[in-house]
Amino acid sequence: MFAEIFSILYQFADVFAFLILSAAGLAIIFGMMGVINMAHGELIMCGAYVTVGLVHGGFPLPLAQLCGTLSAGLIGVVIEVALVRKLYKRPLDSLLATWGLSLVVTQGMLIIFGSSLAGIGTPEGSFSVGPYSFSTYRLVLFGGSIAALAVIYVIFMRTRFGIHARATMQNAAIAQALGVKVGNIYALSFGIGAALAGFCGALYAPTMTLIPTMGATFIVESFVTVVVGGANVLLGTAPAGVLLAAVRTLLNATQGQIVGQIGMLLAVIVIIRLLPEGISGLIARRSR
Amino acid sequence: MKQHCKLVRGLAAGVVLAAASMGAALAADPIKVGLLEDISGDLALIGKPKLNGSLLAVEEINKAGGILGRKIELIHLDPQGDNARYQEFARRLISKDKVDVLIGGITSASREAVRPIIDRTDIPYFYTNQYEGGVCDANMISNGAIPEQQFSTLIPYMVETFGKKVYVIAADYNFGQLSAEWNRTILKKLGGTVVGEEFIPLGVSQFAQTIQNIQKAKPDWILTINVGAAQDSFFEQAAAAKLNLPMGSSIKIMLGFEHKRFAPPALNRMHAAANWFEEIDTPEANDFKKRWHAKFPNETYINDMGYNAYTALYMYKQMVEAAKSTKLADLRKFIATGNACIEAPEGKICIDPKSQHTSHRMRLIAVDDKHQVKVIKDYGTIQPYWLGEIGCDLTKHNDKKQYSPTDLPKKKT
Repeated sequence: MFAEIFSILYQFADVFAFLILSAAGLAIIFGMMGVINMAHGELIMCGAYVTVGLVHGGFPLPLAQLCGTLSAGLIGVVIEVALVRKLYKRPLDSLLATWGLSLVVTQGMLIIFGSSLAGIGTPEGSFSVGPYSFSTYRLVLFGGSIAALAVIYVIFMRTRFGIHARATMQNAAIAQALGVKVGNIYALSFGIGAALAGFCGALYAPTMTLIPTMGATFIVESFVTVVVGGANVLLGTAPAGVLLAAVRTLLNATQGQIVGQIGMLLAVIVIIRLLPEGISGLIARRSR
Repeated sequence: MKQHCKLVRGLAAGVVLAAASMGAALAADPIKVGLLEDISGDLALIGKPKLNGSLLAVEEINKAGGILGRKIELIHLDPQGDNARYQEFARRLISKDKVDVLIGGITSASREAVRPIIDRTDIPYFYTNQYEGGVCDANMISNGAIPEQQFSTLIPYMVETFGKKVYVIAADYNFGQLSAEWNRTILKKLGGTVVGEEFIPLGVSQFAQTIQNIQKAKPDWILTINVGAAQDSFFEQAAAAKLNLPMGSSIKIMLGFEHKRFAPPALNRMHAAANWFEEIDTPEANDFKKRWHAKFPNETYINDMGYNAYTALYMYKQMVEAAKSTKLADLRKFIATGNACIEAPEGKICIDPKSQHTSHRMRLIAVDDKHQVKVIKDYGTIQPYWLGEIGCDLTKHNDKKQYSPTDLPKKKT
């Protein structure tokens, strides 16, 4: 009995971690800044590739993962300054530009590094509960998703930068008039979003096949979680993760992966139809 | 009068000269081979060796004088794993480039997408992958391994060695569904049971629930016919959860070289039945490998698809030179004699007249915890007998259809 309950919670934590980690970076870039970043998958891939490359070069895994995260963040800042900054008032153009970037990066990685990288093996061992054995590392993934949410909360709610960032997202002109350096805010916010995407890739790298197009595996889940969550990252993305993970876990367990995926996407359609502004829109309206 | 005669003789000479020069130009016309192989997109890592195999064969054949004195011109297009592009490029190669033969396609979905297009032409199409079998089509020549060569060897061995309870993980498209059907058919005859069967959508990469389901069902071994890089993540995740069950597959190791891509011991206890894998140790195989690595020193693994792409061109060469023509009807007349055979690096292989599929030298291989590959059993040459047995006879009628164990041809009264 306990084994069954534990296994359901474990499966839920696993799906929740995947949704939150995929969505965290995009929630900032798309949710807060309104930039449709089609290169999100490639930032995830960047985090994964840097991590694996460094581990093959002899770095310990946690350090390599940190470097993967930071390198994705740095690349995010460069993308923002060089490409996205000119396109804030033009969402369709930013979509096109970032999609073009995504194509260039995936094909470039294919040409430079070949069609796949050798994997590094999942760390930590396994543990047993009843008749089931579980990989310990997947609990690390769950911990990582909670950490990502905590980091977003601390940065955007408890720091001076966070107040400036939220002010800039709300009304950039007034914020600038009050002395906020809007350009730096945009670059750093994009960088934080990119770093979170790299964090996702770095965490999942030991568990997956490493090919240049691996970002595509995360894209659908990240976009639907952000859209269901709505504009507010903290009030929206986390509840969206809980809701969608619950639907998917339940269907996966009872009906299999096909129904699980279809069911989750149907749930997204229903939620968006009923709550066009996502869950955070509902909470915002309620609190007025 | 005399001037008129001179004019006529001059014109006649001119016509003869023109005809002679045209004839000379035709003799030097290259044979155009259309190649549809993915070298970008999700299937790039198994498609690249296929292109390399074709390039190596073309270089060797052209150096030796070509086919009937004509050089091969290889026209390669990259459909990037997109079935709509497969169809667009097939049409382009056929009508714009006017190729003499079409080779390529990786997934069964892409093959079925182009087969109707080629059926409307009279050029041959070589499908060079192992697949779920059953295509009875006069335009198609298959030189990949098929279920009676892969499943009818692997499944009895696994049942005998490990037990009768099987859990199936399959990709959710025609290949996965039909291979699962084959598994059920063969298992029934052996008295085995399928204790669980999961069809996974392409692109899904998270398998925690699947691993738990397997542990609940307690099978003796797992049949892993999952496809694509995302679904391959199963092996790493199962190893991390210490699942450690024996596994069998028709498409792992020799096709996707997972034992080179994943850290040991993820592929421990994987078994497969293959006509080619890079670890074959015979003089012909080693010579072939040497030539390949000389031309492509950075090749991670010569997979069976790359090998089949290479042998397909030699099979085509043999047929065209024996039939002295590139027309499909003439080639098929030659195939019907049963002499369409070549000495390939795996051994002697022949095209079966009734089904236009190829016989293969099948070996059962197993991977250990250090990812070394060992040959467990040598089955010798296995003919592609199933289609002939159920009534497909391309020497008599062209069914243009794909059959399966539950979808057999109607008995002709």
